[in-house]
Amino acid sequence: MAETNPELLTKSFELGYTYTRSTGPVIGHFLTELREGRIVGTRTSDGRVLVPAAEYDPVSAEALTEFVSVAEEGVVTTWSWVAEPISHHLLQKPFAFALVRLDGADVPMLHMVDAGEEGAMRTGMRVRVRWAAERRGSITDIACFEPA
Amino acid sequence: MSDTPAPVTGIEVPINLQYEFTAGKALTRFLTRIREGRIVGQRCPGCNNVYVPPRGMCAACGIPTEEEVEVVDEGIVESFTVVHIPIPGNPIKPPFVAANILLDGTDMACLHRVSEVDNARVHVGMRVKARWKPREEWDYTFENIAWFRPVEGS
Repeated sequence: MAETNPELLTKSFELGYTYTRSTGPVIGHFLTELREGRIVGTRTSDGRVLVPAAEYDPVSAEALTEFVSVAEEGVVTTWSWVAEPISHHLLQKPFAFALVRLDGADVPMLHMVDAGEEGAMRTGMRVRVRWAAERRGSITDIACFEPA
Repeated sequence: MSDTPAPVTGIEVPINLQYEFTAGKALTRFLTRIREGRIVGQRCPGCNNVYVPPRGMCAACGIPTEEEVEVVDEGIVESFTVVHIPIPGNPIKPPFVAANILLDGTDMACLHRVSEVDNARVHVGMRVKARWKPREEWDYTFENIAWFRPVEGS
């Protein structure tokens, strides 16, 4: 900052919001299972399995109560390569945001794939979970997916 | 963590936003003057209102303001509230008074603290005067004024 009569003053600052969210019983159970290294979804009235677990049936709007375990492996249904991660990205190297449909699930979930380079990515590729070193009951307990 | 940790019932999801604030021409002028211990606002050529701090335009008339007007560091409490809940990151300990203060010669109140008085005795219309920080602490900030204090006899 200039000492005398600067043309324009600027200042950086950080605005932080310390949110704590209640998870409710369904998302809470999903996260509790993640902490144990297991992935569960919920079964809908028409028999589909939603992962991450959803609280209400998309057709009947009834509360969903039946949990179903799914695999740690699945298939990439679509993806987008992030060549230059920015500061808040959880992977500080090039990676893909991808929709991954886990074996046993009927819908894909959004997560990251650490494939090393863009050429290693393709729709339909099989990937598996890479668990975080320390699991705390958060979606980031899945550190990312990696090619299976 | 115990062998059977409690089920997850909540998650912490803080959001931190990084800003690069640019004061703009009018506020830069104001902050440059306040660093010298002077309060300088701007007068609207349309309605003659004087704004402190200046924004470089008149919100009522929608036209630029350029004429600079130096004002005194004394005015009246236009409205106020007693803050009882601590604000995260704010070093000021509640309860304290946050007031809209209309400086003499200006037409729009500015927000500041009122101190050196029992909070219960603060009232609308009370005359107050700036309590400046020591000169060596002055910087490009309205906080060069530590707070406003009652004027004797008001």
